[in-house]
Parts: sequence; structure tokens; C-alpha cells
Amino acid sequence: MTVEISFRRLLADTERRFALDVAFRSTSRRVVLYGPSGAGKSMTLRAITGLLTPDEGRIVVNQHVLFDSMLGVNRAPQVRKVGYLFQDYALFPHLTVAQNVSFGMRTGILNPRRSSMPEAAARWIDAFELGAVATHYPSQISGGQKQRVALARALAAEPDILLLDEPFSALDPPLRARMRSELAALQSRLDLQMLIITHDPADVEALGEHVLEIRDGRIFSDSMAAGG
Amino acid sequence: MGIWFPLLLSLKVAICATALNLLLGVAVAFGLSRWRSPLRDLVDSLLTLPLVLPPTVLGYYLLVLLGRRGVFGAWLERWGINPVFTWEGAVIASTLVAFPLIQKAARAAFENVDPQLESAARVLGLPERAVFFRVSLPLASKGITAGALLAFARALGEFGATLMIAGNLPGRTQTLSVAIYAAVQAGDDRGANILVVVASITCVVVLLIAGRLAPNRSRVPVS
Repeated sequence: MTVEISFRRLLADTERRFALDVAFRSTSRRVVLYGPSGAGKSMTLRAITGLLTPDEGRIVVNQHVLFDSMLGVNRAPQVRKVGYLFQDYALFPHLTVAQNVSFGMRTGILNPRRSSMPEAAARWIDAFELGAVATHYPSQISGGQKQRVALARALAAEPDILLLDEPFSALDPPLRARMRSELAALQSRLDLQMLIITHDPADVEALGEHVLEIRDGRIFSDSMAAGG
Repeated sequence: MGIWFPLLLSLKVAICATALNLLLGVAVAFGLSRWRSPLRDLVDSLLTLPLVLPPTVLGYYLLVLLGRRGVFGAWLERWGINPVFTWEGAVIASTLVAFPLIQKAARAAFENVDPQLESAARVLGLPERAVFFRVSLPLASKGITAGALLAFARALGEFGATLMIAGNLPGRTQTLSVAIYAAVQAGDDRGANILVVVASITCVVVLLIAGRLAPNRSRVPVS
């Protein structure tokens, strides 16, 4: 499992000119991109998912070339097999928990049915202890449950890598600690490569193995956590 | 003078016009909500024109366009189609007049859909078509329904443009509002009174049905 990123993108509007120039390579299962807000963390994730197109560079995940400006490769977000946990989870408000989890399992024009759910979705619902709220809508469940739904939804699509955008910022502080250890346990169990972006040193402490610090659109420091 | 024919014709015309507008208005609204171009404002103004132009002007444009010697009418004539003085002509008039109501409502609804939800669907592997049908459209459905109800009400009461293109042929193209005008013109006060009461009751009934149909977003757990 390797993630290899090197790209440049100039973002300019009337108020701000921001040059993103990010390069790093990691074989760690727990990569943390750490830095203040506005440093370009979210933009980096968006570039990996394909929602943002770099001006130039190369993005390779698990030997799959997702973007390469030299070779003219720019794969659509749909085929990148990248899991993305949005900062506020981006759950579909018109669909139940079960429908949200099975959302990416079928790519036709109809949403999963409310009454039945695929076997694989049921397994994820069980794994995340969401059985009791499977028929609830996102507006009816707690913050911690929302995060589990978003994780289950991303993982049910069987991604090569899971990107997490400030995964705990939407939670109350007491819940954060619990969800951090849940996430760490999940990562060990699934043996999945995760790339977490955060501005919270506690996240780095709990989840970082390979820690990259980003400032003003550039990687500022690169270190492996001791004993990680 | 019959009440049923004008009433049923008005309902038929309004239903057809609303159905057409649901397809046209939603398609145009979605396209416009995604279109980044300096021409957008101009196109938007042109599409809003039916809302501000006098209906008789719209009817006149339709006659010029669709009449036997009109630009488009001459072409239709070759296929044996002539919408002037037909109920289908009334549908075209009502569709045109009510179009901005549904287009504007649908566009506001599409622009209100959180783009992040659409991004989430893409990252989960959905092609653009599926993103539209499974995320954008359902999340905009409330606004679209509201626009459709307004468009229906507007089509039901359409008078000016309808009179211009479909005329006032009792038993063929005479809708409720045209029939009321005709009754008053003919000095038939009793007929006019009945028709006016029928029109008023119809509108109240439509509003009541609308209230029932409006989607209720306060979800209740099913478990």
C-alpha cells in the first residue's frame, strides 16, 4: 500500500492567491496531514479524490495512476476507488441510514430501496452497530452515529484508501476520544490505508504513524512517529 | 350553456401544460444551474419574459410562429399539424405562460442542493446521470413541486394567450376563463355567475389538493 503524491495547483480568486505545491510518498497505513486551517489540507484530499484537478503533477494510490499530467491521465472521481469521509459527513438527508450505507453498491439511477438492503450493507450496519437506527434518517441520529454511517458508506464501496477530512471536528470533545480509538481499532482490523487531515494535535497523537506537516500549501516537515 | 366542457377542458389543458413544463422546466433549470457563462443572465432574462409580457403579446408571437404562414407553422403544416384554433394550441399557450414559474422554482431548488452531497455521490462511484436522479432531483423535489403547483394554477386561469391562439370555439377550445368572458360579452349574466362560482370552487379544491400533495419533510422513524 503506497500513496505517492506530487502536484501543483494555483488557486486564485479576487481576494486570495494560493499556490498549492504538495509532494509526499508514504507506505504507512496511518498517514496524518497536519496543519492549520487554510494550509491546503482539504484541497489536497480533493485532488486525490479527483474533485479538484491539479495544474500538473502525479497522484498514485496503490499502484493505480489516478492523475499524471505528463501522461495525460486524469481518472474520474467515480473510478478512483478512493473513500472520502467528508468533514460534516455529507450524509444524504433524504435516505435512511441503511440506504446511505448501501448507496455506492449500485450505480444505477435508482436509490436503494427502503424496505430491503443488500447482504453486504447489512454486514457493515452490524459492524458499526447501526442496526437500531438503520431505518432512521440522518437528522434523527447522533453525531457519533453519523460518523459511523459515513464510515460504513465509504468502506462499503471497498476503496483502496480512505481519506478523512477533520473526522472529529464535528463531534463533542468527550465523544472525540472515543471515536478516535474506534477509528484506530477499525484501521487495525481492516488493515486499510488511511490518510487523515487535521489541525488537532490530539488526532496526530492518537492516529499518526507517518506525520506530515503542511503550511501555506507546502509540506513543511515529514516524520515517522516513534514506535508507530 | 354547458359548464362541464369548459371546466374539463381547462383542467385537461392545465394538466398537460404542467406535465410538459415539469420536463422542460426541470431540464432547463438544471442546465442553467450548472452553466457558467456570461450569457447566463441574458438567457435567464429571455426565459423570464413570459412572466412580464402581456399574454396577448405572447399569443401574438405564437400566432406569428405557429400560424399557417408562420416560420415554424409552415413546417408543421407539411406534417398536417396546425395548432391554431385547437385545444393543443391552448396547451402550448399555457405551457409558455407558466414556464417561468416552474423553471425559476426548480432552478432555485437545484442551486440550494449542497454541492458536497453531489460530490459525495461521485466519489462513491455514481455516474452523472445517477447523481442527478438519486441526489439532485430528490433533494430539489420540494421546490419543484411548489413551482409545479403555481404553474398549474397559472395554466388553469390562462386567458390572453389562449384566446389569441386557440380562439373561442364553444365545445372545442373554449376554456373556463374564455367561457366566462364570452358569457359576459353575450349578456348571459346567469351563465357567467355559474361559471365564476365553478372557477372559484375549482381553485379552492386545487389549493386543498396542493396542500395534501406538498411533500412533508418531517420524517418519522419507520421502525
